[in-house]
Amino acid sequence: MPWDRNQMAERAAKELQDGWYVNLGIGIPTLVSNYIPNNVEVTLQSENGMLGMGPFPFEGEEDADLINAGKQTVTTLPQTSFFDSSQSFAMIRGGKINMAILGAMEVSEEGDLANWMIPGKLVKGMGGAMDLVAGVKRVVVVMDHTNKAGDSKVLKACSLPLTGKRVVNRIISNLGVLDVVPGSLKIVELAEDVTEAELRMATDATVVTTMSGKHSIPD
Amino acid sequence: MNKVYDNAACALADLLFDGMLIAAGGFGLCGIPELLIAEIKARGTKGLTIASNNAGVDGFGLGQLLENRQVKKMISSYVGENAEFMRLYLAKELEVEFNPQGTLAERMRAGGAGIPGFYTKTGVGTVIAEGKETKDFEGQTYVLERGLVADLSIVKAWKADPSGNLVFRKTARNFNPPAATCGNVCVAEVEEIVPLGSLDPDSIHTPGIYVHRLIQGQHEKRIEQRTTRKKAA
Repeated sequence: MPWDRNQMAERAAKELQDGWYVNLGIGIPTLVSNYIPNNVEVTLQSENGMLGMGPFPFEGEEDADLINAGKQTVTTLPQTSFFDSSQSFAMIRGGKINMAILGAMEVSEEGDLANWMIPGKLVKGMGGAMDLVAGVKRVVVVMDHTNKAGDSKVLKACSLPLTGKRVVNRIISNLGVLDVVPGSLKIVELAEDVTEAELRMATDATVVTTMSGKHSIPD
Repeated sequence: MNKVYDNAACALADLLFDGMLIAAGGFGLCGIPELLIAEIKARGTKGLTIASNNAGVDGFGLGQLLENRQVKKMISSYVGENAEFMRLYLAKELEVEFNPQGTLAERMRAGGAGIPGFYTKTGVGTVIAEGKETKDFEGQTYVLERGLVADLSIVKAWKADPSGNLVFRKTARNFNPPAATCGNVCVAEVEEIVPLGSLDPDSIHTPGIYVHRLIQGQHEKRIEQRTTRKKAA
């Protein structure tokens, strides 16, 4: 079975290391905060101007002045700090954030990322994604391996306008985990009961190196 | 020297003109200058270029100025919450200059700080860098982005004193401080104007030098994505 949204988020949470400052994108990446291991302390940055983002508020305790970058109501933690948008992106651009976990429309085998527009169809904008991929030390993409039509989102070259060139380090999809290495993608892990052949079939990009054994998500 | 005005109409009376460039604070609907936006709508000023991270939603915030066809161009990073925006843009009735969020914030900060341009890695290798000067520093390519100076800044703060010192609340700070600095004139709307001396000088977020006019008013403070969790039993 390929991983579902929560299993992808759970797998992505294993990327987190103790002491890291991390920015989580909108969608599946937001779910990663539900799976942060107990022995790992990470500080979540929200690019609208907050470090130390807490969980969603209890009903009735929402504060219109306290939201995350997805415009969802959130809460503070004892270590929370607030700052303005230029300060927020100073820490992003300045390489102070250890990792960003983002969604994607397409990723190429060179690590190019497209996640902000479909010409003539969908115009949302890049938000903070271009700054994040340019400035953050490690970029992990979490997304479905194929789109609704069944076409691969893991491509030789992106067809959509780029968010960043050669910026992705690792892809976590519903089928497994792939690393961007020179010239290709390397399979790091397969989702439970997903075969290497299935993953290759769903991948348009070059996958030259394979892992030695098959792994599944540990409990 | 009095910076305190009775209401948005008085504060903006002699400041609006067709074709002007306005920088607005706010992120989504959080910390937006809703009273000043409502007055710009009432005045019907046309051909506006608005630098703001987002474009409001249908029927609220800057979305009202889009619906009223007062906006010629938006300079924004994310407009995904606004169906009317998408429609106008795809129909080519609205120009959009997409700026990466950090680049937009820094353009405002730089413009207000007398810095006409700066180099950033953000957007290199994408359409954002097309037609812009690039330069290599220590083996990395950077793109030249311009500081932004607006005819008018409109911002929203939590508290102000009569000298224009501003204090923001939680994530409603966002783009307001950089936007405040980049306008030739800055008008701030606040929830409360407190007496001189009652704000801690060590805790002022935007010093009054950047703020030319102030109004106090009631804010709707609409929540865009009300997200909660259940209390454990």
